[in-house]
Amino acid sequence: MARKFGMALGFLAAGMAGAAAQGWQPTKPIEFVVTSSPGGGTDNFTRMIQSIIMKYKLIDQPIVVSNKGGGSGAEGYLVSKTAAGDPYKVIFGTNNAYLLPYVAKLGYKFSDLTPVAALALDEFLLWVKADAPYKTAKDYVEAAKAKPETYKMGGSQSKDTDQTLTSILSTAAGAKFIYVPFQGGGAVGTQLAGGHINSHTNNPNESIGQWKAGQVRPLCVFSPARLPAGPKVTETQGWADIPTCKEAGIPVERFQMPRTVWLPAGTPAGAAQFYEGVLKKVSETPEWQEYITRTVQTGQFLSGDSLKAFVANDDKLSREVFEREGWIVK
Amino acid sequence: MDGFSGLLHGFSVALTWYHVMLMVVGVLLGILVGVLPGLGAPNGVSLLLPLTFTMDPVSAIILLTSMYWGALFGGSTTSILFNIPGEPSSVATTFDGYPMAQNGRATEALSFAFLSAGFGAIVGVLLITALSGWVTQFALKFSSPEFFGVYFLAFASFVGLSGAPPLKAAVSIALGFSLAAVGMDSVSGSLRLTFGYDVLLAGISFLVAVIGLFGIGELILTIEDGLKLDGIRAKITPRDVLRTAAQMPKHWATLLRSSIVGCWMGITPGGPTAASFMSYGLAKRFSAYRANFGKGEPDGVIAPETADHSAGTSAMLPMMALGLPGSATAAVMLGGLMIWGLNPGPMLFVERPDFVWGLIASMYLGNVVAVVLVLATVPLFASILRIPFAIIGPLIVVVCFIGAYTIAGRPFDLWLALGFGILGYVFKKLDYPIAPLILAMVIGDKAEDAFRQSMIMSKGSLTIFWSNPLVTGLMLLGLVLLFWPLLGALRQRLRPSPA
Repeated sequence: MARKFGMALGFLAAGMAGAAAQGWQPTKPIEFVVTSSPGGGTDNFTRMIQSIIMKYKLIDQPIVVSNKGGGSGAEGYLVSKTAAGDPYKVIFGTNNAYLLPYVAKLGYKFSDLTPVAALALDEFLLWVKADAPYKTAKDYVEAAKAKPETYKMGGSQSKDTDQTLTSILSTAAGAKFIYVPFQGGGAVGTQLAGGHINSHTNNPNESIGQWKAGQVRPLCVFSPARLPAGPKVTETQGWADIPTCKEAGIPVERFQMPRTVWLPAGTPAGAAQFYEGVLKKVSETPEWQEYITRTVQTGQFLSGDSLKAFVANDDKLSREVFEREGWIVK
Repeated sequence: MDGFSGLLHGFSVALTWYHVMLMVVGVLLGILVGVLPGLGAPNGVSLLLPLTFTMDPVSAIILLTSMYWGALFGGSTTSILFNIPGEPSSVATTFDGYPMAQNGRATEALSFAFLSAGFGAIVGVLLITALSGWVTQFALKFSSPEFFGVYFLAFASFVGLSGAPPLKAAVSIALGFSLAAVGMDSVSGSLRLTFGYDVLLAGISFLVAVIGLFGIGELILTIEDGLKLDGIRAKITPRDVLRTAAQMPKHWATLLRSSIVGCWMGITPGGPTAASFMSYGLAKRFSAYRANFGKGEPDGVIAPETADHSAGTSAMLPMMALGLPGSATAAVMLGGLMIWGLNPGPMLFVERPDFVWGLIASMYLGNVVAVVLVLATVPLFASILRIPFAIIGPLIVVVCFIGAYTIAGRPFDLWLALGFGILGYVFKKLDYPIAPLILAMVIGDKAEDAFRQSMIMSKGSLTIFWSNPLVTGLMLLGLVLLFWPLLGALRQRLRPSPA
């Protein structure tokens, strides 16, 4: 309740500030805090935005990108607490901004963050090795159902998006997998290509190279609609040829991960609006479109109420899983 | 396009004035970040990354990789001259490099280091050129049990032979393991050993430990010994370098063995640091002058340097072909690749041959440029050593602390570095070995992850460690190395000694 109230207050304050102080402008260098280590998805997301801002001179102050990926990104979000009220710390992350505090005892609360915007939704697919006998996602899940706790599902980290999705899939389809956590999507992809695990739920960008090379193939996408067509990835198939999981007979409607941007709470009026405006411009450049298309994410600019609604919904969905799996720390 | 024709095409891409200039700039910047402890190659490359956004991908990767080579070389310079490893992977170089310098053989040590590093790098590139297709297949065979096997082997090859009493070595290892365990545990997703302190969330950086244990610890010792750095005359004349070069062929066995270890660890990926430790351990084991190790034995410099560089270069292959970085620096570059619009993976070789082969060709050229430049900068560093300790000592302290701060920009790391400095001093005073602690910190958590992943896969059965020929071979080799000293003693007892 206190949390909700805090959030509501934050939004209210932000809304009023937009009208009152149009003119917050940065007057010294800005730090982009990345809540992942270099090379990860969040790191690419941040550096892409940095490069576009530099190219179009959207901010006339220098921007420094710093990686604070310790503790699954908690180290980066903690900046919101240590630098409370500082509008020169912009934090880049995913939905772990509001999910991490559930699963680990951390020094920050979600109310320490001021939401700025979400720029994209990263998609999840169910992948198997290219020469696996399963034609459809249904085949695979049925096989897993017949032999519970034999099929290995790989994923990045523990109690994070991949394991959450695995849990949702297990419950919805009634098939129990052995979840094996690895360091990141790259390692997971290689493990599947080498046949050491049976499946994983990598983002498109993490496995496109291996799909092209004929080492792995996607069975279905956890998205409400099929992915946009784009050029063919393999000889015969492109992203739009992959059925949604719902179409494939798996009752999981959607699972997407937002790429989000935050400020510490208590920043001066208008700061959030300033960054929102800049990010909006970023999302309209051809370079951004190219990045979205290349990494096969869904470009969707969320801010204000739309962001709030998305967060509330995602929070509820994940919380259910966390409670069922007993991951919530008291 | 593969092998030779690809390489020729690559040289036509890489051999332009612009690219050679980028190599020189990259190498010089690299030497600079390599010399500063803590700044290191991964940090240096990420600082430089934004500059490359507007560049052509081939030029960008040439600049970044050249910086990497420069940093690898620079890291060895301070290891040998000051006993302060500029890079984690040059920790093992201090074991014999610094004693050599103290005995007035700094020139020799530096030349050996750079020449064998150059050799290792070239072997790494040759391997990439020749085996680009096959090697990726080999890397795919590795899963968690095999990784555990590799780390076990690294431990076994190094730990079994440390000269210290076994109990002291065990204490050192145990401390290293517990330090590595601090922070978020990726297998369970829970925090460990943070005691509620947020500053410990990201774990204890291995680099901070190295700066403290070696850099600051060494300084405290020097102050106690009477405020001087003795006997280091690092004046490099072309003749000295040539004389050392002429000795290189004598060390062919070490060079070859270390290159193999390095390439293997670069590709699988165990990383350059594990490679240099493992290679040092093996060199000591197979050397006829075992007793000299740790007191300034050339093989003790050649082995880690060769392995470090062949691992560094060959780590580029899994990065491009599998999207799997073999070192921390490769991970940063992987991010760069994606920003430049390239998709790492097996198809990169087919889709962008100009990029792949341009990079490979630049690795030959860049390493040659690096060896030449680094030999040229040595007189500069040597002259620093002639400055009295009263001036240089405080400067080293400043550099150490700046280094510790730059790793992650955390003020807390400064206190940690100081703490590790005192720990390093105490360790040396009480004759506890530092190396096992470092090794446990570097690969301890990776080994633990690999072990627990294996246990999840096998539902708790240890038989997974001999479930296929590859992992069985690794584990057997590790066990043999671990018990080698015992076997040796046994053999001596059974065979009547001739003397």
